[in-house]
Amino acid sequence: MGTFMSKTITIDGQVVPFKEGQTIMDAAMAADVYIPHLCHNPEFTPHGSCKLCTVKVNGRNVASCTMPAVEGQQVLSDTLELNDERLSLTQMLFVEGNHICPSCEKSGNCQLQAVAYYLGMMSPHYNHFYPQREVDASHPDVLLDRNRCIYCELCVRASRDVDGKNVFGLSGRGIGSTLVVNSASGLLGDTNLAATDKAMQVCPTGALLKKRQGFTVPIGQRIFDHHTIKDVQLGDKHE
Amino acid sequence: MTFELETAANPEGLKRVVIEPVSRVEGHGKVTLLLDDDNRVHQARFHIVEFRGFEKFIQGRPYWEVASIVQRLCGICPVSHNLAASKALDMIVGAQLTPTAEKLRRLMHLGQILQSHALHFYYLASPDLLFGFDSDVAKRNIVGVAAAYPEIAKQGIALRKYGQEVIRITMGKRVHGTGAIPGGVNKNLSLEERNILLKDIDNIIAWSQAAVELIKKVYTGNPEFHNGFGYYKSSFMSLVRKDGAMDLYHGGLRALDEHGQTIFDHVDYGHYWDYIHEEVRPWSYMKFPFIRSRGREEGWYRVGPLARVNNCDFIPTPLAEAERKIFKEFDGGSATQATLAYHWARMIEMLHAAEGIQELLLDGDLQGDDLVSKGEPALRGVGVIEAPRGTLIHHYRVNEDEMVVRANLIVSTTHNNHAMNEAVRQVALQYLDGQQVTEGLLNHIEVAIRAFDPCLSCATHAVGKMPLEVELVDAGGNVIDRLAKNSDGRCDI
Repeated sequence: MGTFMSKTITIDGQVVPFKEGQTIMDAAMAADVYIPHLCHNPEFTPHGSCKLCTVKVNGRNVASCTMPAVEGQQVLSDTLELNDERLSLTQMLFVEGNHICPSCEKSGNCQLQAVAYYLGMMSPHYNHFYPQREVDASHPDVLLDRNRCIYCELCVRASRDVDGKNVFGLSGRGIGSTLVVNSASGLLGDTNLAATDKAMQVCPTGALLKKRQGFTVPIGQRIFDHHTIKDVQLGDKHE
Repeated sequence: MTFELETAANPEGLKRVVIEPVSRVEGHGKVTLLLDDDNRVHQARFHIVEFRGFEKFIQGRPYWEVASIVQRLCGICPVSHNLAASKALDMIVGAQLTPTAEKLRRLMHLGQILQSHALHFYYLASPDLLFGFDSDVAKRNIVGVAAAYPEIAKQGIALRKYGQEVIRITMGKRVHGTGAIPGGVNKNLSLEERNILLKDIDNIIAWSQAAVELIKKVYTGNPEFHNGFGYYKSSFMSLVRKDGAMDLYHGGLRALDEHGQTIFDHVDYGHYWDYIHEEVRPWSYMKFPFIRSRGREEGWYRVGPLARVNNCDFIPTPLAEAERKIFKEFDGGSATQATLAYHWARMIEMLHAAEGIQELLLDGDLQGDDLVSKGEPALRGVGVIEAPRGTLIHHYRVNEDEMVVRANLIVSTTHNNHAMNEAVRQVALQYLDGQQVTEGLLNHIEVAIRAFDPCLSCATHAVGKMPLEVELVDAGGNVIDRLAKNSDGRCDI
């Protein structure tokens, strides 16, 4: 065991130990080093799609959630250049969907919003796409609001890997991508999703919500009212 | 009545005077006047030219989002929209509110009334009332008031701040917070929070009394002028409690005609459409509601502070009730139909709100934990509340998937649409008819509109510096006179 954690990488100059098989993100989180991310959740197989966790390793940009840690890696993460790129990626996520924070019930509990605050996002910067996206309220206990989906596939992974139901999937490509559900009608109400499923607990935005819960948590008692996403994701409050 | 001035019999060849935008009001409006060669007024209209579309874009959204979205109709009275929507949503979830939930909502609402009335009186109206309608425009603003009457300005700011604090503590934010949810509220009032608010309430009541004294002194100092300015008679509509008391949060609808006779009383607002209809007129985006039994011509009415003070049998807090009696008895009741008496009535209501807040803060139910109730769901909900500017109606239909499929909102300013037009016509006849256009005369029209505290947006952004442009165009379309007031308050002639 003495040699188990003997390998190290450095992140922004800080020596970070890692176990064989861990990614850079795994090693960073274990060492309380925060790398902004949205599609990553340590409970699930890494996906590498949101690219927010991009770091620079030996001069190359890589997704830290999928890149294995290798002895001696020199990783740069908290740099002006990388944080600017993360900010741009976050702004693109905002304009690509319809994220109306002021009236969204996920406000204060939303990881997308919290990352935006963390990165100092003061405006969307880019022109809004204002896409036409379907809202599916056919399920008795669950609302699927595709306006807020960022295609992280966490619900896809949770439903497939934990719930064993395969309720969700992504269809289409690029800007034409959409979150689809596994029923002949295409409606969530005709799937076997239950409000207690793991898939219902992992959405980083307000795309998948339990019905009739909006605004029941007062302002001041929401997850990110008093904690940054860094505090929450490095602590034990990770959703 | 000057109803005929709404549309000139022969508009051809008349000069058109436009005041656009009218500000120190929420949103965008304009006034148009048609004058003949001798500057006699033939037509006077107050137009609301903006289109907002809230009723449309909440369609297809889940009902529990509605109260949070629609409160963004307004930055001044969002609590009222939030509560009117929540009352409608209570019907949709079949809730009977717990005492804690209802009293907390009442507290939010009285905070809203206090801050909105203080804002209007001190920031927007007092420059006119204290300095005169055609006084030096450079001083006719809140900064001028602060310089000439520092103690009055300080009290106004403190009153508004206190109302905002009530809102912040009960709803999480001063503007666009949360608090009321379908079936109840999302938090109670802790003892610590209660004590913060109790600390200043005696001052708030005292300053509210001072505000009533101030407007009373101004108004009664020149009763003939204040009674007669933009004067006309009308019906009034408001909610009243079962025992006839003023109730700003809940009650039945009462409408009294211009003689004080009952048109309807204690009407269940869940069927408001049996009593009120809305008419569309081609020259305004805002509808014209009317009392169905009296028809389109005679059915228009006023809402808001003057309506409420006139309509109620009593105010259930002692200081405000004493002031109501003084108001009603003043000069044989001559102020009860006066346009400028809105200001007097508004301050009586502000005093009532201050007293009501104190009463609620001392009520132990506010520390209760029974916050939400649910019952048999319904597909339709109607919520009505007395917002600062008057009766506010929210009406929603949802489908089986709990999504909004239809919404109808009748806001206070809409009820007052015809009445504001009437005030504009009266003032145009009284002060502009046959006169050369001046900034001071223009302000007379705005003073009449402002008495209603119309909620058309942006009011707080243009304190004392309303941008205005008036053009006098001859029959050939040539500009023969122009007067513009910039947003910095300067006039270009």
